[in-house]
Order: sequence, then structure tokens, then C-alpha cells
Amino acid sequence: MKRIEAVNDFVVKFANVNGSGSASANELFAKSFLRMGIPVSPRNIFPSNIQGLPTWYEVRVTEKGYLGRRGGVDLMVQMNAQTWDQDLKEIEPGGYLFYDNTKPLPKSKFRDDVHAIGMPLTEICNASYTDARERQLMKNIIYVGALAGMMGLEPEAIAELIGEQYKGKDKLLKPNLNALQMGLNYAREHLKDALGLKARRANAVGDRIFVDGNSAAALGCVYGGATVCAWYPITPSSSLAEAFAAYCRRLRTDKDTGRAKYAILQAEDELASIGIVVGAGWNGARAFTATSGPGISLMTEFIGLAYFAEIPVTIIDVQRGGPSTGMPTRTQQSDVLACAYASHGDTKHVLLFPEDPYECFEFSALALDLADRLQTPVFVMTDLDIGMNQRLSRPFAWDDSRRYDRGKVMTAEDLEAGREFARYLDVDGDGIPWRTLPGTHPTRGAYFPRGTSRNPYAVYSEAGPDYVYNMQRLLKKHEFAKTLVPKPVLTPARAPARFGAIYYGSTSPAMHEALDLLADRGIYVNALRVRAFPFQDEIRDFVRSHHKVFVVEQNRDAQLKTLLVNEAGIEAASLVPVLHYDGTPITARFITREIAEAVARLNVRPLVRREEKAA
Amino acid sequence: MTYLAKPKLHHPSLQKNRLGYTRRDYEGKVSTLCAGCGHDSISAALIQAFWELAIEPHRVAKLSGIGCSSKTPDYFLGNSHGFNSVHGRMPSVLTGAALANRDLIYLGVSGDGDSASIGLGQFAHAMRRGVNMTYILENNGVYGLTKGQFSATADQGSKSKRGAVNTDSPVDAVSLALIMGATFVARSFSGDKRQLVPLVKAAIAHPGAAFIDVISPCVAFNNHPGSTKSYDYVREHNEAVNRLDFWPSREAITVDYDEGDTVEVVQHDGSVLRLRKLEPDYDPTDRIAALARVARAAEKGEVLTGLIYLKPDAEDLHAHLNTVETPLNRLAESDLCPGAAVLERINAALR
Repeated sequence: MKRIEAVNDFVVKFANVNGSGSASANELFAKSFLRMGIPVSPRNIFPSNIQGLPTWYEVRVTEKGYLGRRGGVDLMVQMNAQTWDQDLKEIEPGGYLFYDNTKPLPKSKFRDDVHAIGMPLTEICNASYTDARERQLMKNIIYVGALAGMMGLEPEAIAELIGEQYKGKDKLLKPNLNALQMGLNYAREHLKDALGLKARRANAVGDRIFVDGNSAAALGCVYGGATVCAWYPITPSSSLAEAFAAYCRRLRTDKDTGRAKYAILQAEDELASIGIVVGAGWNGARAFTATSGPGISLMTEFIGLAYFAEIPVTIIDVQRGGPSTGMPTRTQQSDVLACAYASHGDTKHVLLFPEDPYECFEFSALALDLADRLQTPVFVMTDLDIGMNQRLSRPFAWDDSRRYDRGKVMTAEDLEAGREFARYLDVDGDGIPWRTLPGTHPTRGAYFPRGTSRNPYAVYSEAGPDYVYNMQRLLKKHEFAKTLVPKPVLTPARAPARFGAIYYGSTSPAMHEALDLLADRGIYVNALRVRAFPFQDEIRDFVRSHHKVFVVEQNRDAQLKTLLVNEAGIEAASLVPVLHYDGTPITARFITREIAEAVARLNVRPLVRREEKAA
Repeated sequence: MTYLAKPKLHHPSLQKNRLGYTRRDYEGKVSTLCAGCGHDSISAALIQAFWELAIEPHRVAKLSGIGCSSKTPDYFLGNSHGFNSVHGRMPSVLTGAALANRDLIYLGVSGDGDSASIGLGQFAHAMRRGVNMTYILENNGVYGLTKGQFSATADQGSKSKRGAVNTDSPVDAVSLALIMGATFVARSFSGDKRQLVPLVKAAIAHPGAAFIDVISPCVAFNNHPGSTKSYDYVREHNEAVNRLDFWPSREAITVDYDEGDTVEVVQHDGSVLRLRKLEPDYDPTDRIAALARVARAAEKGEVLTGLIYLKPDAEDLHAHLNTVETPLNRLAESDLCPGAAVLERINAALR
């Protein structure tokens, strides 16, 4: 029988029961590779429930640093009888099934082309522990120990991680270390050459950090100076607001008084959370909300108000599968159009597309600056894949000389000096008017913002020319935003390329791997990562300089492609959609196959008909 | 309705308040509402209250939703910032504004469609949170701007101008505010300025969620026989539980009454509320009794007015959140950004 043999390049999938305490054990497993200098990319695969139902954790071990989902499973750690049959099918031929063999199982539960590795986990736990919960929790650590023993993970690295986790909690530290040792010992004695997947110390992690995108975005909001956060719980964004609260408690509590330099409200719904953000933004505090697709739908009326009344607002959309409730615990990039044009009437909004936790941090802080500068809603378009999974990422960076861009805010001194204030007048040519904050000056600078039209002096007006002036100015402002948002990033092919590919957000790691795989097959593709809307001219130029450009995205309707055609003056015929939308993160294998097939199709020269030849 | 611009010149004999402002300094643009609209009387009462309290107009932020009532912030306090927001969502916008700058005085103006129909949820939650604001509900039981449909505060059995009878039971905003935890709850009538002005003053001084339901007849669509929100009906059925006098401090008290007829309540900030009892047994600090009294009045078709409930030791949202004294919108980088060195430590912990 074939046997998969691999060093530092394989996929392990854990099938667990929700609420069994497996999450921290599995994370321990993933992190121990990092301590050995081997990159890993783990993903939580979880249905929408809390306890008792299936959950999976997939760890891709990748010395080459390919952090996208690979697809396929080399080793299944089967700890959930409910999903046994479907899990068994996923294993690659020649792969491994690690399972609890305390009770004998019929032959029908196995596969001829998969190596079964049994270990009497329940028996070991029952012999060592009396408490039911302890048996459950320690079982997880024991299997981590056994896997470590089989793979050659360094026990010291794991022990170090356990030590960090239970620092100052000796009562928990010792039993965990003992359980780890139990697993290691069993593997050494009984499973010596059972597994062909090995870990070998490498030097491929560098100074990278291991963090989820939601925490990163939350920290970006702390660094970016957000003081008001209003939110409503919704998967997969809830952990963002919770991380913001945790970071604020630590970093924003006044040392002398113990009081909070922030305000966080869990609102009654998304209408209220965006309303609170709009109110705070109008009153000069940096404010944000974190939500997901259904929340965006509820917020759209307010988003239109903020656009039209010109209020700084930052919205972090951690996208999930839609429409409607869709797939709350699965990933997609399917809110692009909903956010770009959110609200009734003519609206266009600034979108930022982070690719990883580093950019989640960076773009969240930037969004707060842009919202103040542009006086408009700014969206950070992350997704579940980035948001809820820990990812190896460049370390966060902050320049202490950086100052918040508070935009055009007229001060009491300006007003006192007789400077003219016209709330909705373009005086600088960039389409952005000056604003005042409530309470600035006793007699000057007050105005009454509203969703209804008005003249440049904020006086109610339904006159056509006043309305048109305002709408044109908003368009000019949107155009000006191109100069402020992050530029696209080009990854040139190793050889001259007729084809290009445009991609964004969480597709990034799978795309980079796909580019390598395609190049290995002699298919060269120049790749451009779009990082923001409105689109800069570079994007149009990139498309025009290629025969065809693939637009790789994680939605059904080619939403970014639609936006490119609508807004960047690009011909639809020059774009070829590559779409993945089953809710799982896009893989390099998928992109490679789709692009290779499309290239083969596009490269076919039409056959010259025989008659023509004869003539 | 008038299209005449207000004269800019002030008569020299106009009385000035402590800050040297006349009432004219608290006015806004000319109202575009119908002549005789109750809402204009409420605007006048607000102007009077702010003038009497000698609050600098620009220290007030006035917010509203959508509807006739929500247009009115344009017609008073012209030197205050305002925000005409989204239908039924003023409470959330006001909450955010109040979080951003705790130093301003927040006035929310809403209507019955805005607060009891589309915005019932936001109204209730703002009361729960104890946002420090004065929430004026200009309650006429009808949609004016869309020409005469019933709102959710219309009484069951009351008739529309076209003769339709409302079969739905009404939302009583006062009861709801009491249940939700508002710490100052009153009801008044736009036609009774003597009652309304002191209530507004006390509400402004109240350090928490202060709610006043002001019955404000709609002359265009809800002032006919069969309406329970008409001038005639409210005048005939008005039952006041008390009369309020408000003083910003004890030193300012100028009127004396016989002891026994009055109750004095001193708030956190030292402001004094003196209530002349009209119902000898009514205790406005007893929330449960207040709820019962309101329900009894509704049963009898009475419009119960006065200061219905007051929690003297009220706390507001900022106290709940334990926020710093400095308004959040004034905190600078040095207060907000933990800096590169801290970030490096965070990075280290993530390896």
C-alpha cells in the first residue's frame, strides 16, 4: 500500500466534538511547529452551533510558507464518531487515520488505502483520571503527545508552550505536562514508525507573529485612536469587538483613575450600532462598528445618511456566506457590491481589502484616518477566513511620529478669526468641505446636518442646482479618495506573461501558491492584488496590458469584476472570472486548475477549415 | 405658517439672562409647521427653559429623527449644532454623540411615529442605558407629513379625520419609559407652558435619561371630535398629579409654599425640584406606584400629567461605562495610542 512520506509539508485535520476542550490542544499542536521554525496555517471549520456537534481544525504544515488552504488531508485525527464516515473519505490515498481503538471497530469503518493508527485513548484516560471532565480534557493533550511522538515534534517546544499557557497556575501545569508525556511515551513504545509525516526543525518562521485577523483589526482600532465602538453580536465579527474591549481594558485604562479612555456599547441591533457610530463620528470621536453581511444590510439606511451628511464612519465587515443568514460560519467575499453601493440613491463608498492580520491592523487604523479625512463611511472588508483563524503574519508596526489625520475640522480660533464656514462648500478643490464639531463656538459654525438636500451653507434646499452641486462634489471627493487609499500590489511573473490575474483579500496566500504551481507548468501570470476601492488608474492599465485578466474571488457573481467594469472603465470581455464560493477558503489547487484550463482554452487557435486551405 | 423673516434687531427692553442673552438668542429659523401646531408651542417652551437656565446655546446638541416634530430643532437654538437623522433612530445617534462628548447637553426631539412606531426599540434601549439627555416626545397620535395616518400612540377607539376608527391598542410611552428604567419621566401638554417649562428645566438638569411625553395636537389631522389628542380633549381630561418648580440650586429658591403641600427633591448636582402636590398621596419617587397610577388614568381616559417619576440618585451611561472626565473626542494620540514599544511587546507575545 502507498504510504505518504513527507517532511514539513502535509495537512493534519482534527475531527472533534464542539465543547470538548479540543481547541486549545489543537492550537498547542499547531504552535509547536512554529516553535520549531516551521510555518503552519490552521483553520477552524465549524458549523453554527455551540456544544455537542462536530467541529474540525485543519493544520497545514508548510515549510515553504504557503498559508492558503491546500485541500485534501494526509492525517485525520478522528475524535468524533458522528463524522467518521465523511472524514474517512477525505483522506488522501496513502494517508493516515489516527483513532481511539479502545473499542474494536468493524473493518467497514476503515479504508484499504489508508493507514489506520489506533491508540486506546479512552482506556488510558480512564485508568489515569477519575473526573469525567479531566478525562475529556487530558485526552486531548495525550493525543497531542502521541502525535508529537510519531512526528518528531520536539517535546521541549510543546512543554514550553504549555508552560506559557499555565504560567502561575501550577495546579494545571503539572497534569498537562504529565498527559503530554503519557502520549509521548505511548507513541515511542507502540507507534514508532506508524506515521510517514515528520517535523524537522527549520528556520522559516522568522519574526512573524501568529494571530487572527479580528484581534489584529481590533488592535488597529486601538492604535488608530477609536474611542467609541458599538456593535451587535454576529458571527464571524463578534470576536473583533470583544478583542477591542480586551485590548482597551489593558491599554486604554487611565493609570491614575482607573477610568476608561474608550466607550464600548453592545447595541440592541445593527441599526443602533451604526447609529451610535454616526452620532459619535458627527461629534468628533473616532468610532467604528464590526459586523457581517446581515448587519450591513440592516445598516444601509444609516450608511446613506453618513455618506450624504458626510459623517466619518468606520465599518469592519467580516464577511461570511450569504445571502440572508447564508452560511454564518463559512467564508466568502460576497459583500463587495453591497458595501460599495450601500444604501438607496446614488452612493459609493471607500473599501479596503486586507489580505492578512498585518493588513487588518494596518487598514483598520488607516480607515479611521480616511473616514476623518474624507468625512464618509469607510469599509474594511475582511472575512471569516482571515478574521477567525490564526495566521502567520508580518509583525505589527507603528511609527511613533505618526499623527492622526483628523481631516478638515475648523477650530474656535479659525471661526473667531472670521474664517468663512460653509459646511458643504468645496473650498480646496478636493470635494471635501470643512466641518465644525458641536460646541465649538458660541455664535459661529453651528449647522444642522440632515439626510435631505441643502445648499453649500447647509440650509435646507430642494433646488435642483443645489442638489446637483452636492452630488457632483461627493463624486469629486470619491475620485480624490483614489490618492489616499492603498495602491494595488503587483507580483510579476518570472517570465513575460500574456495573462494577468486580479485578486484581493483572503485569496492572497492561495493565489501566491497557485502562481508558483502555474509557473511550474509553464503558465506565467502577472498578478495584481487590489487593496482598495475606488480603483486607481494602475488597475485599468494592468488590465489593458494583458490579453486576458483572471479575476479570482470568493463569491458567485464575480462582484469585484462587476465593480471593475462599472467603475474602472474596463471592458468586461477582457476579464475572466475565477469563482470559488462553497464556503470553504479558496485553495491553490482550485485556482491552478481553473486558470490552467482557461489558459488552455484561450490559447487554442481556431482551426482553419479544409475548404479554406484548399482555396 | 409664516414666510416672513424674523427681524434681526432686538428691542432694547428685552430681558436678559445671567449670560446676557435675550430669549431671541435662543430662537432658530422661522417654523414651517402649520399655524397652531402644538410643536411650535413646545419649541417656545424649550427656548424659554434654556433661556431661564442661562445655558450657552452652543453647549447644547439637539438631535431628531424624521417627521414634523423632528423638523423643529431647526426652529430653536439656532447657535446649537443639530442633527436631523434617520426615522426612528435619533436615540442611537444621540447615544453616540453623548459618548463622544460628555460635556454637552443633549436634547432629543422626536414624534410618536418616530418613537413609538418605527423607533420603539431605540426609544426603549436608550432609556435602559440611561443616556444623559432630555428626550421630548411631541405626541400627536398621527402622521402629519404623510397626511393623517394613525401612529402607535393613537388610543384604541379614537377616530381619524376621515372617520376611520383605530382598533389597535396604544403604546404608552410614559409606561414604557418607566418599565425600561428612565430615571425622570413626565407628561405634559403643549398648551400648558406653565407646566411644561419647569419640567423641561428639571429634565435638562437631570443626570440621566429624562423623558417628557408632550401631548401636542396636530391642527391639520388630529384636532377633531373623536380624537383623544385634540386641544379640546386634552384640556377636558388633563389630570395633573403635581405642579413642579425647578431651581438650579437651593440658593435660587424664590417662592415659598406651606409645608406639607410640597415635596422637595435635591438632585446630585444640587438642583432642587419642588413639587406642589395636587394628589396628596402621589409619591413621584415610587416607580411601581407611578406605573399603577398611569395605568389607572389610561383606563379612565384621563391624560395624566406632571412629574410622574424621578429617581433622585440617577446615574448615566458614562458612569456605567466608567469613562474618563475628558470628553472622548478631545483625547489626543498621547492618550489613545499605546505606541511602538508596547506594540513590540504585543508582537513578542504572539510568537
